Amino acid sequence: MSFTQPDSIEWAAMSPVIIVLGAAVVGVLVEAFVPARARRITQLAIAFAATIGAIVAVAALWSGTRRDGGTMVLGGALVVDGPALVLQGSIAVLTILSLLVIADRTATGEDAFAPTAASVPGSDYEELARRKGLEQTEVYPLVLFAAGGMLIFPATADLLTLFVALEVLSLPLYLLTGMARRRRLLSQEASLKYFLLGAFASALLVFGIALVYGYAGTLNYGEIAAVTEDPTGLDTLLLVGAVLVLAGLLFKVGAVPFHTWTPDVYQGAPTPITGFMAACTKVAAFGALLRIYYTVVPGLQWDLDVMMWTVAIATMVVGTVVALVQTDVKRLLAYSSIAHAGFILTGIVALNPAGVSSVLFYLLVYGVATVGAFAVIWLVRERTGGSDDDDPRGSVLGEATHISQWAGLGRTHPALATAFTLFLLSFAGIPLTAGFIGKFTVFSAAVDGGAWPLALIGVLASAAAAFFYVRIIVLMFFTAPHGESDEAAAAAAADELSPEPGPAEPALVGTGVVEAGVVETGADVATPEGGVATLVAVRPVTTTTTVVPSEGFAAVAIVLCAAATILLGVFPQPVLDLIADMATFLR
Amino acid sequence: MHTLTALAASLPADTLAPATETVQAGIFLVTPLLVGLPLASAAVLLLLGRRADRWGHWLGVLASSAAFVFGVVAFLRLVERPSDQRTLLVPIGTWIDAGSFHVDAGIRLDPLSLTFVLLVTFVGSLIHVYSVAYMDHDRDRRRFFAYLNLFVAAMLLLVLADSYLLLFVGWEGVGLASYLLIGFWNHHTPYAVAAKKAFVANRVGDVGLIVAMGLMFAHFGGLDFETVLGGAADPALAGVSEGTMTAIGLMLLLAACGKSAQFPLQSWLGDAMAGPTPVSALIHAATMVTAGVYLIVRSGAVFEAAPDAQLVVVIVGAITLLFGAIVGCAKDDIKKALAASTMSQIGYMVLAAGLGPVGYAFAIFHLVTHGFFKAGMFLGAGSVMHGMDDQVDMRRFGGLARYMKVTWLTFMMGWLAILGIPPFSGFFSKDKIIEAAFIPTDGQEWRAWVFGGVALLGAGVTAFYMSRLFFMTFEGDRRWSARKDGSEQHPHESPALMTWPMIILAVGSVGLGLVLATGSRFVDWLSPVTGHAEHGEPVLPAGVLMGLTLGLVVVGLVLAWRRYAVSTVPVVPPVGTALTRAARVDLYQDAVNDALLVEPGEHLTRSLVFADRTVVDGAVTGVARVTVGLGSLFRRAQTGYVRTYAATMLAGLVVLLVVVLAVQS
Repeated sequence: MSFTQPDSIEWAAMSPVIIVLGAAVVGVLVEAFVPARARRITQLAIAFAATIGAIVAVAALWSGTRRDGGTMVLGGALVVDGPALVLQGSIAVLTILSLLVIADRTATGEDAFAPTAASVPGSDYEELARRKGLEQTEVYPLVLFAAGGMLIFPATADLLTLFVALEVLSLPLYLLTGMARRRRLLSQEASLKYFLLGAFASALLVFGIALVYGYAGTLNYGEIAAVTEDPTGLDTLLLVGAVLVLAGLLFKVGAVPFHTWTPDVYQGAPTPITGFMAACTKVAAFGALLRIYYTVVPGLQWDLDVMMWTVAIATMVVGTVVALVQTDVKRLLAYSSIAHAGFILTGIVALNPAGVSSVLFYLLVYGVATVGAFAVIWLVRERTGGSDDDDPRGSVLGEATHISQWAGLGRTHPALATAFTLFLLSFAGIPLTAGFIGKFTVFSAAVDGGAWPLALIGVLASAAAAFFYVRIIVLMFFTAPHGESDEAAAAAAADELSPEPGPAEPALVGTGVVEAGVVETGADVATPEGGVATLVAVRPVTTTTTVVPSEGFAAVAIVLCAAATILLGVFPQPVLDLIADMATFLR
Repeated sequence: MHTLTALAASLPADTLAPATETVQAGIFLVTPLLVGLPLASAAVLLLLGRRADRWGHWLGVLASSAAFVFGVVAFLRLVERPSDQRTLLVPIGTWIDAGSFHVDAGIRLDPLSLTFVLLVTFVGSLIHVYSVAYMDHDRDRRRFFAYLNLFVAAMLLLVLADSYLLLFVGWEGVGLASYLLIGFWNHHTPYAVAAKKAFVANRVGDVGLIVAMGLMFAHFGGLDFETVLGGAADPALAGVSEGTMTAIGLMLLLAACGKSAQFPLQSWLGDAMAGPTPVSALIHAATMVTAGVYLIVRSGAVFEAAPDAQLVVVIVGAITLLFGAIVGCAKDDIKKALAASTMSQIGYMVLAAGLGPVGYAFAIFHLVTHGFFKAGMFLGAGSVMHGMDDQVDMRRFGGLARYMKVTWLTFMMGWLAILGIPPFSGFFSKDKIIEAAFIPTDGQEWRAWVFGGVALLGAGVTAFYMSRLFFMTFEGDRRWSARKDGSEQHPHESPALMTWPMIILAVGSVGLGLVLATGSRFVDWLSPVTGHAEHGEPVLPAGVLMGLTLGLVVVGLVLAWRRYAVSTVPVVPPVGTALTRAARVDLYQDAVNDALLVEPGEHLTRSLVFADRTVVDGAVTGVARVTVGLGSLFRRAQTGYVRTYAATMLAGLVVLLVVVLAVQS
């Protein structure tokens, strides 16, 4: 292996990445030099400017790339071709939408992040920071770093860059996961889990890279592909290496059996970050997976198909089936995201041009609905008191994530509930929403590619998945609001199909220590699994569900996501054409 | 007989395929208003609600009369034309254009449809006028007129449609109006049930029409009369087998049976008498129930290409005509007796329509004269009920001739007409049907004897039961019951608004037959539609047949006179013979329907519900339970321990590696 100085650097082709990463570095400097009062506004300006700049850069590269198929830059470390640009554009758009939610402090004036993330939960120091109204504006550079890594990830052209990009996007996410303002222990536990498992997955990836390098003698995608087409006696080495590389990527997309982190992390992370992570990480990781499966290892298709089929089927089935018994909205969406990963995998397995464009479209529409859905969850809160004389309005707590708390939301907040319904319908793949077009294109690509059993299972899983989406819709619109006389009935309806809260699982799990009610979350104990259901019983009856008005940003994000979900569902053709034009990899 | 030969002679060969003309301009373009006016009136009456209560009935009368005036104008303009140019198409617009399925909506004006237009609007208008007085005390009179107008509009659409599909719209429209009017007093449960029964029985027939349309579209590629009947005129050319034509014909017959209360779908008509009497006169005697005859005559080309279907038509007509006549002998309810008579008379028409071109014109002729005399008699029955405190049991009438002179005389005209006494109108129409029935078809003399015999026998039985009805009501002793409030009956003549329509219809009962039969005017008028009649000779000379018919009629009349006018009629019905008891319950038709259809149907639905609960629901809930169980099982794996998660990933990876390597080697 030799590193050579590239003759010239195609700065322009890398501009989306450079703009975002550059802005992130500037953001770090802002933290150091700009006074605290002006930091938030400065960071917001930089973040939005950077992401919009990235979109502009993608647009500028668009027509040239469509004409000549794209270019290799940095001596073959990165590739700027059609799929890369589509993915980068999607990531940039979704990042903007996510940033809108992240930036929203709601009417309470508090954002989603701990005032001082480094303080010990429940300590006096934390309380002091809260009272002083400190804010962790480092969030924005972190998001930009992650977004930069995501922009690189699907555009990598060698395995080393792939690994670097993976780390660049993952490390900020580990941090962001642990920064929730409320339920901090849950958040920190999720962060640590994410980090440990992510490190494990990275190790798998690096091990795989090593094995592939041992076989091929190169890290460059194109050269590996050329070697795999001409197998020698050592192809077990190559095969194991390829499986490990794919496993590393499947971890990021949350495919079974590498999905275990997803529910805990989605639940623990600050809700706006969950939306960002769920939407953008998935786009980036699937982009990389798509590129590797289509350009690096197509020669191994017959050997790897069995793995991908197994993973796709397992992912669809497990994601759907376990989502059926969830009672926490965030966990439910986590399992739903696992199921969606399975649906997208069917498009990847198709291994035809339609597969590429359908996956690209699916990622976009799934991302839009996901950001919107988590934005809605961010606004639906618990409120204590209310009946106390000294505290007539009560105080707003964290997100009301138990689905029984969503009962009657359609009556009290019809607009918000309607938007959420729209996102759920899109997830379920109901016609006239973008999700339907996405599912339809992916499954038809799978059928064209001969993977009709996968498409069949996908359709069946979608049908089953519709149950838990519609259950929430029914709860929101056809059940009396939580806290009214039939609260018990609502809770019963929500728990109708969920089993008993399980045999007493350890309340203290992993690093989990019960939040001792010091933080405003009160008696809110959220153990990773099952314990949440128990929570219904211990939650103080005085807790009611409320919707905090958005500061404006999140509302804009929800409206944009809803509009996109409808538009892409009703008039998908322009976007489909746009993507189909760009769906050719530069090999 | 001379009429038949005259008919054959009057049909030059070139009238076989009368030219149709599409109207682009002129007076005929307003013909859609025939349908539109009553429809608009119905809409106004229904939408305005109680605000239209004071004048609504007059609007209804006006709409119906205006349609009649339009009809007369159209008739006069059509008569001006040569007889082979009397088929006009008035396009309304494209109705359905879906792929290869294209239907234009349009009006078809020809002698047949115009005959119906005149009958429906004339009799309809008279009955509208009659109803103004008859429904005077009903607080929902406006709604009644809205429904009547709706009926007139739908009936006109039915006969004016230029395609089976548009005909079907009118077909369903009259069914709806009939349902609404039978159940007009639906607060009385039996009436509501009767309406439902009529509706359901009609649906069975509708299925036949739908299937027939499906077959037509599949084989002829269209649903308009031009395409279908043109194709049916030469099925071999259109590549359609005789089996298909038979199927279409039988399906059309099923439709006709439902609408015209023919065997085996006849059970609803008796119960339909629950509606107000003007409804019985207009819908269930004069017009709607004859729609089946219209359908068969209109589809003549189809039946001629399917002799088997034609034979079934004749059989159905023969069975029904006897069935109705027998039931009519035993009924004590004046309206139900008249309903049985209607059924029987329509049986005559269907029988005639099944005889082919030789019978078409007479079927329609009888339809028209029957429309007059039967409507007149129903109005007479209504007048009697009006004067007798809504009593319908003929055993509680008797001797009314002295108290209701106009009703008595007009009813007598109708009675003599239905008996077929010359020169009343029924003589000219019914006698021709009997004569035609005695002409052998395809040289098969047995058919002539069987069907001719049935028709002849029917005439005798008709004379008996109609005379029975007439004598029990107007002659003999007074057997009046007390009024509902306990006071004595004071029969009285009805107001002028009711008597005048009866008088006009009675005039028609007397003279219409003679007028139309003279010089075979009516037959000539219809000939562009009914086509060429093959020359045939009855198995018995026409004079002998006429004599036999009249003889049987006189026998029936005398029998009835001796039993119901001379001797005392018991107030409580005697037990009677087995046949009488059977006829009183409509020859067990309801019991048969219940045993054959209702009970098996109920068993079927019950077992289907059971299967749905156990098998289908069981499968669904079973799958749900298994899924949830599976979900809980997987959920157990989600312990919250990182070490478990990592182990899961590692185990999964190992499995995948093993699988991949196993497949590879």
